Amino acid sequence: MALPANRLVDPRLTEHRFVPSTTLGKNPLRLVSSMVAAIPLLALVAILSVLSFNSLPAIRYNGLHLLTSTHWNPGNFYANPVTTNGVTHPLLANYGAWPLIVGTLASSFIAILIALPISVGAALIVARRLGPRLRSLLGFFFELLAGIPSVIFGLWGALTLGPLLARDIYPFISKHLPNIILVRYFKGSTGSGEGLLTSGIVLAIMIVPIIASTTRDLILQVPAQTEDGAQALGLTDWEVARKVTFRWVSAGIIGATVLGLARALGETMAVAMISGSVLGSLPTNIYSTFTTIAATIVSQLDSALTDATGLAVATLAEVALLIMVVTLLTNIGARILIKKVSNTSLPVGRGI
Amino acid sequence: MKSTPLSSDQIFRPLARRKIANNVVFGLGTFALFLVIAPSIWIVGQVFARAIPHFSFSVLSTSGVGLGGGLKNDILGTLVITTGVAVIAGGIGILTGIYLSQFASGRVSAILRSSSEILAGIPSIVIGYVGYITLVVHFHWGFSLGAGLITLSVMVIPYIAKTTEVALRQVPTAYVEGAEALGLQPFRILRKIILKSALPGITTGMIVALAISIGETAPLLYTAGYSQNLPHIALTHSPIGYLTYAVWTFYNQPTLSAQRLSFDAAFLLIVFLLLLIGISRIIVATTQRHAETQR
Repeated sequence: MALPANRLVDPRLTEHRFVPSTTLGKNPLRLVSSMVAAIPLLALVAILSVLSFNSLPAIRYNGLHLLTSTHWNPGNFYANPVTTNGVTHPLLANYGAWPLIVGTLASSFIAILIALPISVGAALIVARRLGPRLRSLLGFFFELLAGIPSVIFGLWGALTLGPLLARDIYPFISKHLPNIILVRYFKGSTGSGEGLLTSGIVLAIMIVPIIASTTRDLILQVPAQTEDGAQALGLTDWEVARKVTFRWVSAGIIGATVLGLARALGETMAVAMISGSVLGSLPTNIYSTFTTIAATIVSQLDSALTDATGLAVATLAEVALLIMVVTLLTNIGARILIKKVSNTSLPVGRGI
Repeated sequence: MKSTPLSSDQIFRPLARRKIANNVVFGLGTFALFLVIAPSIWIVGQVFARAIPHFSFSVLSTSGVGLGGGLKNDILGTLVITTGVAVIAGGIGILTGIYLSQFASGRVSAILRSSSEILAGIPSIVIGYVGYITLVVHFHWGFSLGAGLITLSVMVIPYIAKTTEVALRQVPTAYVEGAEALGLQPFRILRKIILKSALPGITTGMIVALAISIGETAPLLYTAGYSQNLPHIALTHSPIGYLTYAVWTFYNQPTLSAQRLSFDAAFLLIVFLLLLIGISRIIVATTQRHAETQR
C-alpha cells in the first residue's frame, strides 16, 4: 500500500531505521538526543509532583468538602490566622469547587454538542465534494481558526458575539420555548451575553478545527476501492458515507472529539473573558454567568497571593491538579481508544 | 473493518427518496462548512475593522504609558519571547524528534512519545501555574523572561518533537538505501540525506510552535509578568511585555485609548499569524512541487 504524504500517518507504519544501533552507539548525537528526549517525560513528572506537593495543605484543609461545596470564601486575611488539622489558614476560609466543576463540564459539553456535527459535516464536504485547490483554501480557514489566539476569541465573544446574542437571539429563545423538563433551562433571565451558552459557542468554534481537520484527514485516508465498490453497487454519496466511510473513521472521530473535549476543559483566557467569572454560585439557566477551573486559576491567582498563610495558593494548586488529572485521563483515554481500533495516531494538542 | 451487507429494503427504497436524503445531508454539510468559515472571517474582520481606521504607526514606535501610549514594548517583548522559544524549544524538540525516530528502541520510544503527546494536552494555565510556583517563587527568579521562556518552551516542545519525528520517518527509504549503497557513513546519511529531506516538515513544526508562543497568554501572565519598559536581555528579575497581555488587560478599561490599544494588539497578533501561515504554505507548496517533478 502506498503511503499518502499525510501528517496523520502513524510514524510506526513507515518504520525504517537507517542506522544499525551499534554503529552509532558512541555517537555524540545519540548521547545528546537521548538525554534531551527525556525532557517531556521529566516535565510531566515535575508538573504532577509540584502540583501534588503544593496542594497538600489545601487537600488536608478542604478535604472532600471541596468537591461538593458551593462556597468560595478565602477567609479573613486581616484577622489572626487559625490552625486546623495542622494547616494554618485565614479565619473562616471555606473553599468549594462544585460550581467550577459544573461550569467546566457544562461549557465543554455544550461546546462538543455544537462542534461535533458541524465539524463532521464540514469535513465530509471538504473531503468528498471539493477539489484539491478548494480543499487547500478551506484548509487555510481551519489553520486560521486553530491559530487565532484565545484572547482574541475572548475579545470577540465578550464585545461582539455575546452582546449580539443577548440582544437579538436569547430573549427570543427564552420567550418562546415551552417550560418543560430540560428545555426549562433555556427560560428565564438572559443576562448580558456573558455566560454559559456564549462561552460554549465560542469554545465550540475553538475546537472545530481539531475535530474537523482530523476527520477530513481520516476520510481522505479511507481506501478508495472500498468506497468505489459501494458506489458501483448504486449507493448514493450519503449512503456511501454512512455505510462505508463513517464506519471506517468513526473511532478516529471519537478520538478527535475527546481531544477537543480536553482542550475545551482546559481553555482559560477566552472563558475568563466571556464567562462573567462568578464564584460561589451555581448557574441557574443556560445563560447564567459562571466560571471554570482554568478561568478561576487565572483570575484568582493575583488575589490569592495576598493570603499570607498560603492556603489560597494551595487551593488553586488543588483545583489545578483536578483539571490536570481530568484532561490527562481524557487525553490518554482518547489515545488508547484510537490505538485499539485503528492504526491512526491522534494529532498533538491543538490538532497539529 | 467488517462490512455489513445491505438489507433488501435499503436497496429497493425509492431512488427519489434516497436522492432527496442525499441532497439534504450534503446541503446540511455545506451549511456546516459555512458555520466554520463564517466565524473565522467574522473574528478577523471585526478586529481589522476596529483597529485599521484609527491605526497609526506611532503605536509601533512608542511604548505603553499607563493605559495609553503605544505597543513598542509589547511587540519587542513578543519577538524576544518567540525568538527565545524558537531556540530553546526548537533545539530540544528537534533533538527529541531525532532520538524518537532514529535511535530509541520500541518500548522507550513509546513511553517518551506518549509522555510528549500527553504533555501537549495539559491546560496552558496549569503549566503557567507550575512555572510560577517553581521558577518565580521557589527559585526566586521573580517575574522574568527566563521563567516565561521555560514555561512556554515546555508547552510547545511536543509539537516540534512530533512534526520532526514524522518528517524524519517519512523520508523515502529509497533515499537512505541509495546512500547506503553508495557507501556513505551512517552519520553523514543522517545529516546529508535524512535531515535535509525532512527539513520542510521540521520547519512547518517550528512555525506552528512560533504561532502558539505568539498567541499564548495564560502561561506567561504569572511567569513573564508584564512590563512597559523595553525588554532587556536578562533572564531573571526582568518582567517583559507581550501583545496578548495588552489585549487581555486593556479591552475592558474605561478609556478609549486603552480599548484601541487592545484592538491594535489583536490586529498585530493576527498579522503575525497570517504571516506564519503564509510562510508555512509557501514551504509546503514549493516542496510538493519539487516532489512531483522528481517523480
